[in-house]
Amino acid sequence: MQPQNSQYAIETRDLSIFYGPFEAVKDVNLKIEKQKITAIIGPSGCGKSTLLRAFNRMNDFVPTSYVKGEILLHGVNLYNKEIDPVEVRRKIGMVFQKPNPFPKSIYENIAWGARINGYKGNMDELVEQSLRGAALWDEVKDKLKQSAYALSGGQQQRLCIARAIAVQPEIILMDEPASALDPISTLRIEELMQELKKNYTIIIVTHNMQQAARVSDYTAMMMLYEDTRSGTVIEYDKTEIIFTRPKDKRTEDYVTGRFG
Amino acid sequence: MSTEISSLTATNQERENWATHLKRRVRWGESAIESSLFLVGVLTIFVTIAITIVLGDQALLFFADPEVTLVEFFTSTKWQPQAGQFGIWALVSATLTTSAIAILVAVPLGLSAAIYLSEYANPRVRAVLKPILEILAGIPTVVYGYFALLFVTPILRSIIGPDKIGVYNMLAAGLVMGIMILPLISSMSEDALSAVPNSLREAAYAMGATPFEASTQVIVPAALSGIGAAVIVGISRAVGETMIVAVASGATSNFTFNPLEAAETMTAHIARISGGDLPYGTVDYNSLFAIALMLFLVTLVLNLISQWIVTKFREQYE
Amino acid sequence: MARYTYPEEHELQRFVQARYRKAWVWQAVFLSSLIIAIISLTALLLNVVDGSFGYIAYEFKKDPYTISEKPLDELTRDELIAILKDNLSRGAYNKLNNEKAMEERSQSELYNLVIERIIQIKTRETYPFFRSLFEKEKIEAEVRENFPDARLEFRSWLSPDFLTTPMSSRAEFAGVRTALLGSLWLVTIAIAFALPVGVGAAIYLQEYSDKKNIINRIIQTNINNLAGVPSIVYGMLGLAIFVRTLESLTSGALFGVTDSNGRTVLSAGLTMGILVLPLVIINAQEAIKAVPDSIRQAAYGVGATRWQTVWSHVLPNALPGILTGSILAMSRAIGETAPLIIVGASTFITVDPQSPFSKFTALPIQIYQWTARAQSEFHNIAAAAIIVLLAMLLTLNATAILLRNHFQRRY
Repeated sequence: MQPQNSQYAIETRDLSIFYGPFEAVKDVNLKIEKQKITAIIGPSGCGKSTLLRAFNRMNDFVPTSYVKGEILLHGVNLYNKEIDPVEVRRKIGMVFQKPNPFPKSIYENIAWGARINGYKGNMDELVEQSLRGAALWDEVKDKLKQSAYALSGGQQQRLCIARAIAVQPEIILMDEPASALDPISTLRIEELMQELKKNYTIIIVTHNMQQAARVSDYTAMMMLYEDTRSGTVIEYDKTEIIFTRPKDKRTEDYVTGRFG
Repeated sequence: MSTEISSLTATNQERENWATHLKRRVRWGESAIESSLFLVGVLTIFVTIAITIVLGDQALLFFADPEVTLVEFFTSTKWQPQAGQFGIWALVSATLTTSAIAILVAVPLGLSAAIYLSEYANPRVRAVLKPILEILAGIPTVVYGYFALLFVTPILRSIIGPDKIGVYNMLAAGLVMGIMILPLISSMSEDALSAVPNSLREAAYAMGATPFEASTQVIVPAALSGIGAAVIVGISRAVGETMIVAVASGATSNFTFNPLEAAETMTAHIARISGGDLPYGTVDYNSLFAIALMLFLVTLVLNLISQWIVTKFREQYE
Repeated sequence: MARYTYPEEHELQRFVQARYRKAWVWQAVFLSSLIIAIISLTALLLNVVDGSFGYIAYEFKKDPYTISEKPLDELTRDELIAILKDNLSRGAYNKLNNEKAMEERSQSELYNLVIERIIQIKTRETYPFFRSLFEKEKIEAEVRENFPDARLEFRSWLSPDFLTTPMSSRAEFAGVRTALLGSLWLVTIAIAFALPVGVGAAIYLQEYSDKKNIINRIIQTNINNLAGVPSIVYGMLGLAIFVRTLESLTSGALFGVTDSNGRTVLSAGLTMGILVLPLVIINAQEAIKAVPDSIRQAAYGVGATRWQTVWSHVLPNALPGILTGSILAMSRAIGETAPLIIVGASTFITVDPQSPFSKFTALPIQIYQWTARAQSEFHNIAAAAIIVLLAMLLTLNATAILLRNHFQRRY
């Protein structure tokens, strides 16, 4: 397992994801650029979240799920037998659709992940840095001991982002991180993502096409195969190309809102 | 054509007809059924009231007896009705000792069984293990009594030494009671654990937590109040349990907290004395109602607390 | 910068391995608690089996071979009567004959009489099943030394006779017939009371009551609390209300039954009915809750009244759940012991319960009585009675599961 100095943050090769006999995602080949934001778009039920969750092996918790093909991080297939999913998730963090802080204090929400991962430095410093990194510090610095549930939805989501960056991952997966938030909170999350991409690679699943166009550098368009109902990536390119002169007719229909 | 016009311009006569037709009417049958169902519902309240009156009434008679004083009842450690001594602590000590042993057995075992079933076991393993707990829960307590007296006690006696622990002892009764309560604690804790939203579980795993770290540091703390409710119900069940202690823990009141000794609990005392043909209206007879009233009040308070916690807990995640 | 204070890659490997080891150790700990539960259950069941079968060393006053050439159990009724006549004093024989005429007694009854009155078996020692199985020689040697006159025989304490014989003061001849019938009477009365009342209350709470109304909330809380009241308290309630206050009713005095007091199977059954009532209500509520609202709306949509909706749509759909709940309540009633002791189950009774106003005993009462005796042969019949009790519970629960599977609907 020699770590290749890959130019890509993560790649998939002929990746198919199964739930029992059902092939939810089929033959995906993606090369995700480092320190860029890549959006995955497409109609509901086409396997966007399934694909996203495959990157940090969250699908492992569905007992019948398995994958074919490879996901390569630094040239190492994450689905090799000897790969530890716990390690994978430390390297590839995740922010979920609905904010899900732990029922602990704001401080503990961030410190917990660092602690279980063997962080040895100054915890106060790490908490402050992470909260600053998530643009939340100024709002919560006086109430770090309060329950995270006391925060607003948008603040909770930024806390979840702070929690993710506290363990210093390389990649952050975001599963419709703003879909449960109001427009102002959404805007703040989007601004934050622009800050974060200086240090991290971000992959975001979104339903909102304007959002994909606004924030992402690259976009992957997913669709269902008519016959098998499996999802796949039909087009992957720079975002401006996808939204202005896509090669695939279906992409054009979808991004211009003409799709079913 | 003409029908359309007539429906648009309904005559007063027609409107009145319709109004009568649609008018709310009294349905006697419906009302009768509703009232009788309500009465049946209210009947359940009467059960509680009846328990309170019956126990309270006889307990009052007991305390009104010149032989008995409230102070003695609540402070003395001697319970010898023949000698006119009624100190409840002689019975309470045994109830506390056996219940404490039972809780010490049932809580760690029940909680870890719940964690295993809810956080580790795959559906196939669960389908095998869960029914075993349900069978344990369904075994009548008198059978547990047989088990305590004729299996657990002989083993304890051969381990500890027959000179140190008797044929009747609180240890065996408490241990078996713990096994009896285990399924209750485990199933209530499992409910509490599975009520923790999946998003928290995912959050913990996405940070790189192992199953152990996720379950003990995130999920169990989040379910703590529900687990607390389970423990309280467990205590209430242990305090009210009769047959195991009646068979295995001894038939003489004894103020002691030593689990190796024989001592009679509140419940076992009621069962033993009322099992004989005790004449109605004597002080002995009335004293049983005073004990039962205490049992009822203690378990009632425990159950109310537990229910209140469960309701609060449910609100937290809704 | 925080980035550098996490362990280095090679160190991290070891660190993660250590965390995994910890996780595995704890998983084993969690699993072991379930294993303890399994071991306890197995030990309990084996312990019961251990007591129900095994060697018995016994002596008798009169050798059966001196009375008859054929083995006793092959004799006809007339031959047995003749033996009784020959070997019993005239007075003793007449007394037995007056209790029940010899000619009316069955072959096995007569056989038992011969064994009990003439042979007069005396049990010296009984041995548990697993010792009997694995230490046969040792047991034989022990018996030869301690009881030189005794015979050793393998005995199944659980037998068809055990089910059909009434109570006896001698463990060797005792059976659970009276107790079994008593238990059946009890459960029938309990469920006849609890089922209609419980389902009625559940219908009221789920379909009629306004959930915010204070009275209804009190009713609901109260039911949940009643489910947690210790069973012995129900016993006290039954003693005060059914046995004493309503004695004229429960003893049957109102219906012309004499020579009876309030300690009847009716009192016990009603006490048990009140005890299982909360269980029936809570289960019926769950079953009614599971009926989807779309069915109710469809019924209201065609102009049905509330009761019509409940009677023709909600109840039929909730029925399997209600029945399952009632069966669970019945198994609770069958196993409960403490309230029966309080209400006054008879400890020694050989007459079958004939009516609700009969005195009674029940299976768990017999198990309790026999377990509490010092002689080991009583522990053997207690074990056999436990098997009978557990078999009844198993049948009930299997019925509940079958019902549930048979009627399971998918909405």
